[in-house]
Amino acid sequence: MIAVYLLLFLSVAGIAFFALTGHHKDIGKLNTYINAVSLAMTIWLATTVFQHGTILSESKAFLIDSFNVYLIVLTAFVGFTTSLFSAPYMAHEIELGKLTEGRLKLYYSMYQGFMLAMYLVLTTNNMGIMWVAMEGATLATVLLVSLYRTPESIEAAWKYFILCGVGIAQALFGTILLYYAAEKLGNPENALLWSVLHEEAAQLNPDILEISFVFLLIGYGTKIGLVPLHNWLPDAHSEGPTPMSAVLSGLLLNDALYAVVRNKMLVDGATQSHIAGYLMMGFGLVSFLVAALFLHRQKDIKRLFSYSSIEHMGLMTFAFGIGGSLATFAALLHMTVHSLVKSAIFVTVGHAAQITGTQKMAQIRGLIRTQPKVGWGLLIGTVAIAGFPPFGVFTSEFLLLLATMREYPWLTPFLLLGIGIAFAGLFRHIQPMVYGEKPEGQLPIKANLIPVMVHLGLALWLGLAIPHFLSDWFSQATLLISGSAL
Amino acid sequence: MNIETQDFYTQAILSMSALVGLMSFLMLGQGRLPRLIFVFAMQGILLTLTAILAANELHSPHLYISAFLTFALKVVFIPSMLQKQVFAMNVHRDVEALKNNTAVMLSGASLMIFSYYVLQPIIHTSSMIMLNALVVSLSVVLLGLLLMISHRQAVAHVVGFMSIENGLFFAAMVATDGMPMVVELGVAFDVLVAAVLFGIFFFHIRTSIDSLDVDMMNKLHEVER
Repeated sequence: MIAVYLLLFLSVAGIAFFALTGHHKDIGKLNTYINAVSLAMTIWLATTVFQHGTILSESKAFLIDSFNVYLIVLTAFVGFTTSLFSAPYMAHEIELGKLTEGRLKLYYSMYQGFMLAMYLVLTTNNMGIMWVAMEGATLATVLLVSLYRTPESIEAAWKYFILCGVGIAQALFGTILLYYAAEKLGNPENALLWSVLHEEAAQLNPDILEISFVFLLIGYGTKIGLVPLHNWLPDAHSEGPTPMSAVLSGLLLNDALYAVVRNKMLVDGATQSHIAGYLMMGFGLVSFLVAALFLHRQKDIKRLFSYSSIEHMGLMTFAFGIGGSLATFAALLHMTVHSLVKSAIFVTVGHAAQITGTQKMAQIRGLIRTQPKVGWGLLIGTVAIAGFPPFGVFTSEFLLLLATMREYPWLTPFLLLGIGIAFAGLFRHIQPMVYGEKPEGQLPIKANLIPVMVHLGLALWLGLAIPHFLSDWFSQATLLISGSAL
Repeated sequence: MNIETQDFYTQAILSMSALVGLMSFLMLGQGRLPRLIFVFAMQGILLTLTAILAANELHSPHLYISAFLTFALKVVFIPSMLQKQVFAMNVHRDVEALKNNTAVMLSGASLMIFSYYVLQPIIHTSSMIMLNALVVSLSVVLLGLLLMISHRQAVAHVVGFMSIENGLFFAAMVATDGMPMVVELGVAFDVLVAAVLFGIFFFHIRTSIDSLDVDMMNKLHEVER
């Protein structure tokens, strides 16, 4: 349990330190160190959970079980590798004169603020605090989206702020309804604790919980980027600094989905029906198909990959909606590999944009000839995200297809069609960028591609053979969420 | 059921719900920003009064803290900040011509009826206060959304956003006797930070597009041109 407190304290200390002290030459490195220590903490936490099972803190404020512990490690891991990338990247942006030192301080302070919000969403046992932390994540990142202060970035940040703020207000209404239903069981102090609610789920009023889930899904769904609530997502991803896009895509979307699934577990317990699952399946499938089509019409490389994120989040929401053990296992695996691959892609995209000085895909050409590592990184990343074997995305999508064929066979063609459309949409844009002729005077830059290799390597490993402890974990989480073992 | 036969607390809360709902309608039809902000502050005062009433009746002292927080944030801090922005931008004399005012008001009324329809299943689980309070708060949330859709000024959007928070707070307070203290403090903190960020944003928007009209922000499209 100490690990959780230390983890949260470290992020708070990070925010305060970056915000209050003067500018340091090695501010980026410092951020990396903080994230490295956080990662160590989470691994410590994970081994404790692995040995002793679910931990509930004495005050019942924090709950670590098999479902959230691996997401915590994943969050810390992506946060760490992205900070490795962000240090030289942001230093380069300063050299280009796009940023001032004051804004760099803001950036690092809010980086830690975002990490704090993410850790809090994952570790807390209180559904109200989960909402507060989710809103906190918006507030921490909104100024980062407008970091460059261009008219476009301010527009994107405003849209992000208003849409996510209003959206997540619906989730608060859902949480209030949940509390209203739970309060009737007596003991109002504990009525928002997930561990208590989960035990007593069968006694909660199903009518109220059904209504509350609609609001929760709309609210947190805005942050997942479900169609038609997704408008903020491509804007925020494309206009903010690239490391931010990597953590938004890799972490924020996952954690919002985590919040929905936690609530779904309560609603399922109360209604004893599949209504929540159907809602998630519908939203998920529509998001998946719409985003796959939009991939074809993009011109900005970061917008392209944000639509790809919407597509994959739709797929995961759909998988959790189906809800059997196989689909849940697939969804958990997909959450992991998608985070790894997508943040790796955004890192390479950031380098590509710095090499060519633009995010317009029409002007990015000849990456392999300019800097082979970046070109290959982008190509392999795209291959992985499009669901080619032997990468992990293939495994999870394959499992999901199997589950769909078993439970709802008539939905399988839609999935296959969507995967095909998305594949074409990605490759028609990526292929000329990677292989095309190199423009005159395009020079390689100093790039740190270790995070990319590590991420893609892990995704490959997960595709070839899931290590025993991890599959064990996924199975436990599957049992917890779907109620049946694989 | 006859309202005169209810006890004082029920009657008071029901009147408060009606007034809070009314304030949302007043905001909806308001084209002048200073008056819009004034009505918003009035809604804050009503919430503060409701919190004090509930704290007194239900003997839950932590609602006094909520009342104080509401007063400080929703009546003093946010309205004064918005008012300052409006005067700084010199838009306090402008009257925004609201398109289809009648249609907006009618859709506002239908949203309120819709809220009753949505929360219908809750009827047999609750008393009259709770049902009406939940319905009013849901319709305040929806009317806040409508306010944002029908107005073009960024300041009006912030008022809509904050009145959505008002609606949620009203639900939490009346229907459930206040959320646990940590949650309430957390929400208040988020609202405070959001208000500060909005202030920063107004500054950025003004410097980048020289206006607070959100229709001017139209550079980003779903399908790029």
